[in-house]
Amino acid sequence: MAFTLYSLLQASLLIVNAVAVLHEERFLRHVGWGSDQGIGGFGEEPGIKAQLTNLIRSIRTVMRVPLIALNSITIVLLLLFG
Amino acid sequence: MDPAAPPPKRRGPARLADPRPLFEDTSATGASPGRGFGAPPPPPSASAAASSSSAAFGAPAAFLSEPVSSLAAAYGSSLASHVEGNDWQVRYQQDTPVAPRFDVNAPDLYIPAMAFLTYILLAGLALGTQNRFSPDSLGLVASSALAWLLLEVLSVLLSLYLVTVSTDLTPIDLLAFAGYKYVGMIVGLLAGLLLGRAGYYAALSWCCLSSFIFTIRTLRLKLLSEAAAEGVPVRGARNQLRLYLTTAIGAAQPLLMYWLTFHLLR
Repeated sequence: MAFTLYSLLQASLLIVNAVAVLHEERFLRHVGWGSDQGIGGFGEEPGIKAQLTNLIRSIRTVMRVPLIALNSITIVLLLLFG
Repeated sequence: MDPAAPPPKRRGPARLADPRPLFEDTSATGASPGRGFGAPPPPPSASAAASSSSAAFGAPAAFLSEPVSSLAAAYGSSLASHVEGNDWQVRYQQDTPVAPRFDVNAPDLYIPAMAFLTYILLAGLALGTQNRFSPDSLGLVASSALAWLLLEVLSVLLSLYLVTVSTDLTPIDLLAFAGYKYVGMIVGLLAGLLLGRAGYYAALSWCCLSSFIFTIRTLRLKLLSEAAAEGVPVRGARNQLRLYLTTAIGAAQPLLMYWLTFHLLR
């Protein structure tokens, strides 16, 4: 039951990396989760799929540069300290 | 005596009994750091409840005399002081968050923080009675419980975002609500240590049930729409989704309570 904070950090870094790799044009558009594919009306509140699509797009936009730094630091630390 | 034995549980809360700058002081006497909120002055009934809570702080035996207030005592002394009727829902539903001084049932971080630390000390005690204690196991239990707490708060935030619920629940409120289950876990652990597995299962199932009901009744005011919160069944996919979300958050409490304690009483 060793679910530590460090494993939570590791898992979150891997998940954010996975979300950042989902390419808009090459992949999401074919599945139907592209950012410009039928979000719906303007007055209605968005459904879950629209919220998820927005979330993926915003994570990719925001975390693109910080992920470079985080990944580099993690790689160096794991190489040094195992 | 074993030098590596954990300190007894009684010393833990007393040592940490004065986190004054960090947490809201729920007693009505003394200086008023909460007046700066600009909240309206409390009505006479709230001030009577608050003053009785300050009296009850000095007389803990008053909690256990009445069974209803002893039920509420599981959820904090601030709730137990409210002895008039069974009214233990959040009273004010305003835009600005209200300090626990004015609304006796507003979420505060004192109970969860105390319960969390007591849980860690009790876990060390339980491990020690089974000869499974080592100095780093205490840190492991603490880190694990903190990680589960963080994971729960983050998943609730994520699901609130996905369902587009416009609510005034801050992450700190969610942290407070998630921390209330540690009180039930402490009761279950104590029963397991004193009375064996049967006592553990009995106490834990009762605490799980009450935690489930408490979470649903507290969250439905904040998550569901106005009509649905009154009890009138409202049709519509969105209200159904909100109901499922509230039920799921409530059901996660007993699951986590069991998951975090059963391995301590093997």
